[in-house]
Amino acid sequence: MKQLLSGNEAIALGAYHAGVAVATAYPGTPSSEILQSIARMDGVYVEWSTNEKVALEVGMGAAYSGVRALVSMKHVGLNVAADPFFAASTTGIVGGLVVVSCDDPGEHSSQGEQDNRHFAKFAKVPMLEPTNSQEAYDLMDWAFNISEEFDTPVLVRSTTRISHCKTVVDISKERKADLRQPGFTRSPAKYVMVPSNARIRRYAMEERIVKLRTYVEDFPMNEMLLGTRKLGVISSGVAYQYAREVFKDASFLKLVTTYPIPANLVRRFAQEVERIVVVEELDPFLEEEIRRLGIPVTGKEFIPIIGELNLEIVEQGAIKAGILPATAKPSPQAEPPAPQLVPRRPQLCAGCPHVATEFVLRKIGFHTPSSAKELKKGELIVTSDIGCYTLGVYPPLSALDTCACMGASIGQALGLEKAGVPNKVVAVLGDSTFMHSGITALIDVVYNQGDTTVIILDNGTTAMTGHQGHPGTGISARGTETQAVKLETLVQGIGVKDVNVVDAFDLDAIESTLRRSLEIKGPSVMIARGPCPLYVKTKGTRFEVDTEECSGCYDCLDVGCPAISISEDMAQIDADTCVGCGVCAQVCPQEAILESK
Amino acid sequence: MKDVNVLMVGVGGHGVILASNAMAEIGMNNGYDVKKSDSLGMAQRGGSVMSHVRWGKHVFSPMIEKGKVDFLLGFEQLEAARWALYLKPGGVAIIADIVVIPISAIDGKIPYPSWNEVKGILAQHTNQIYLIPATRISHEVGNPRAVNMVMLGFLSAFLELKSEAWTDTMRRRLPPKFMESSLQAFIKGAEEAKAMIPAKGIIK
Repeated sequence: MKQLLSGNEAIALGAYHAGVAVATAYPGTPSSEILQSIARMDGVYVEWSTNEKVALEVGMGAAYSGVRALVSMKHVGLNVAADPFFAASTTGIVGGLVVVSCDDPGEHSSQGEQDNRHFAKFAKVPMLEPTNSQEAYDLMDWAFNISEEFDTPVLVRSTTRISHCKTVVDISKERKADLRQPGFTRSPAKYVMVPSNARIRRYAMEERIVKLRTYVEDFPMNEMLLGTRKLGVISSGVAYQYAREVFKDASFLKLVTTYPIPANLVRRFAQEVERIVVVEELDPFLEEEIRRLGIPVTGKEFIPIIGELNLEIVEQGAIKAGILPATAKPSPQAEPPAPQLVPRRPQLCAGCPHVATEFVLRKIGFHTPSSAKELKKGELIVTSDIGCYTLGVYPPLSALDTCACMGASIGQALGLEKAGVPNKVVAVLGDSTFMHSGITALIDVVYNQGDTTVIILDNGTTAMTGHQGHPGTGISARGTETQAVKLETLVQGIGVKDVNVVDAFDLDAIESTLRRSLEIKGPSVMIARGPCPLYVKTKGTRFEVDTEECSGCYDCLDVGCPAISISEDMAQIDADTCVGCGVCAQVCPQEAILESK
Repeated sequence: MKDVNVLMVGVGGHGVILASNAMAEIGMNNGYDVKKSDSLGMAQRGGSVMSHVRWGKHVFSPMIEKGKVDFLLGFEQLEAARWALYLKPGGVAIIADIVVIPISAIDGKIPYPSWNEVKGILAQHTNQIYLIPATRISHEVGNPRAVNMVMLGFLSAFLELKSEAWTDTMRRRLPPKFMESSLQAFIKGAEEAKAMIPAKGIIK
């Protein structure tokens, strides 16, 4: 049966048919749809884990019991899960353990770009990479089989264009019937990594890679395709698709097993062709592996190391390197000048519960232009985190100073404070991010007697990645009700005495609470609570501008609401877009914004 | 079986992704190899949305090369102008009469372009430019969210698949509540195209 599946849907279905019993993840673009797809299938335990490290540890435990486990995350998630990733490589598994890392070349929705193929080599774990959804579906069974045969976790590495593109998949299988029953066999030498045991496992890891080098030589999804012998292209992942289209007549070696690589197959290919080029996205990973075999190759001389590839980039690179003849196309200089078009930046939504808090932060703490070298006395430093609220860095809110990685805001705030900056520091992060890794930093603040003020923007969901549940929501990955971890009880429990919950749409309450918290000695937590309007989908009474009262001061535009614009020198609220949060009405000095009658 | 490369652009909430999913599936159901790729990073939060749909005998890249787009479907005028350079010379630009002014144009230095400016940008690449009364048609059929179906209907008039090949898949996929109005929107879009194409003196 043919179906159009995204890479993520194909990974999920492939794992399901391979008999996966436990699937865990923390949401992150472009990986989230893997777990979301499995959560629609019966007979699998699924969970949104608190963070990627926990997700992988749950996967390890499941694999120790003999069942098959799938753990998925975005590229930076594997940084968080690196510790158990190396540990799982050391102990090995029993049931298959497959870790899916979805990288985001070009940073469509990420704070950084990294090539997670290095993790396979780093942790001495075999890696598979699909070039389309069909392969993503097919290789999941192989991944679990390799994991079990070689007693190792397996890394399946995808990228945005594999995970999010839909391609035709012929679904040939059904879910495996003879699934292994869970049971734990006591084996301290394998599972208890005290140094004396770990030293012995190190040898097992090296022997495993040697055996895998032989195994991948005959891996059926690696494919040699002989065309003209003048040019041989070695490629993997989505880059292979671009290369096939750009180098129409060339010979190809498609690699699905990208660590370890099949050395003899590469050598045979090298003998068939006059010249080898490697077309790969991000780092020269294959290029370096192949060069180490003593085979001369080029790659990164003409394919950029930064960003996502596409047909133009591969083609232009090949022309510059003299691999392809220059086309008759007009050069970019001869093209008409690109017209200047107004950009369309992502922005916080109408009715977003983050807006009011960021508006107050700007009002209290941001008085000098961002180009100024030093802050004035009384201004705030606002450390921020990963989530929708990071969009508050853009005008008109412009109320953030940092954004680095999940949970970093609180530690950064404490660091600035302990270093002795003269300004007060506020850390801002979301509910899901706080659960992910903000909590550990807040414990650090309590323990080390920081004066840090922390704002948790609690919109009751993991909004940025598509409204997944997290421990604070009380909603499981399957959408059922579960025990909610209450934020205020949690922070009180670790010893924060000044804990305040405010209505996320009440500007006065936010401002007075924040001003008080800033004066208090010791850590403070303000929870600004209000639902994500895209999640709850309910609308309140809309607001409208009283055109007789509007003075055209445009203070309401400082809220940055997509429902507000200017019409005939007056503010105007779009009735279809407004959800009735009322923040603009609190800002208007003329009281000209009123509830619609 | 001719290769078809369609680039759909717009902003979050206009049904670009739904339209490209439908188009991809219709292609697959009618024997094409199909790939489609969305770029929406943080689109739900007001950014631009782009979707590449490719039909062919064998499709490699999931994205269309700049200058190779056969049909540019602009669900929003500024976005249509932004991606005009993806059109092949003489490609077809099908643009909805929809304007969504970004916040950066309200208080910023660069204003939102007029339709004439948008048209001028498109005209650097093609003279086949159609401004579609998609809003009016979607209201006529009683489903303001069916702009995407009007656009698909208009596009269908240029392609070799029969109308039923499109509507069969839609019937299987559309929620019952919006089925009739969506199909109506599709048919009216196709009729609009049949009325407009001869006026431009272009033979299919």
